[in-house]
Amino acid sequence: MADVAPGRQRDTTLMGMYLFLASEIMLFGGLFAVALALRLLHPQEVVAASRRLHYGIGAANTVVLLTSSLAVALAVAAAEMGKVKGTAAGLLAAAGLGLGFLALKAVEYGMEIREQLLPAFTPAEAFESPSAHLFMDLYLVATTLHVVHVTVGVGLLAGLAWRVHRRSLTLPRSAMGVEVVGLYWHLVDVIWVFLYPVLYLVR
Amino acid sequence: MAYPRLWPLLAVWAALLALLGLTVGASLVLTGTPSLVASLGIATAKAALIAWVYMRLRREGGLLRIMALGAAFWLLILLGYLALDYLTR
Repeated sequence: MADVAPGRQRDTTLMGMYLFLASEIMLFGGLFAVALALRLLHPQEVVAASRRLHYGIGAANTVVLLTSSLAVALAVAAAEMGKVKGTAAGLLAAAGLGLGFLALKAVEYGMEIREQLLPAFTPAEAFESPSAHLFMDLYLVATTLHVVHVTVGVGLLAGLAWRVHRRSLTLPRSAMGVEVVGLYWHLVDVIWVFLYPVLYLVR
Repeated sequence: MAYPRLWPLLAVWAALLALLGLTVGASLVLTGTPSLVASLGIATAKAALIAWVYMRLRREGGLLRIMALGAAFWLLILLGYLALDYLTR
């Protein structure tokens, strides 16, 4: 019985986390549904609007997030082996890369504001078409919602790195905590993996 | 002992970057439906790699795998019925 309980606790924790991640997928799913409807209704205008986005910056940010996922995966592996330094370093690297993503995103928003592409900073008449305006509304809402998730993730990763470093989270006993935050971070990465082609690469 | 467990993580990272290059390359040559299919197909492949290796579904039991697939399935129901509406007008 004593052997069964920790395994069961682990299953329950992961199950709860996956349920939360499923709700996140549905939250972003609504935005992907909007993207699909826009593309079906206004294919040409959506292509024209997507071509004006900086796909190179988007690709660079994809590299940043994919690399941060690698750092988290390495941190989880280190946590299970009880390696404190490796775990803290992996988590800190991932948090740093998350900050890099946010910085690049800020630069990109700045460029889009100057190019009169970003709704809320651009008068409605400046858009090529009402459909282009709608597409950019979607771009703004989807990317800012993702930015909120990255910001939360950076806080979680940095906090976790600190706790591991201070030994207030003992490894490998508490490796589960690292794993759960890692799952969240990977999902934020997966969402970006879909947002990138859906927003930047419509041709 | 430690290193054999880490190299799949690095291999997946390399594969993810290669797929990113592929999707950017495809966007330069393909248009319309082939472009959509290529970009979503590649994104799905990347998501599957992340879920299978980084989120470690390959090591988990059936319950969690069903849970993860369930989330994708609910999303497909949402998008499927929406597409059905717009495509049959």
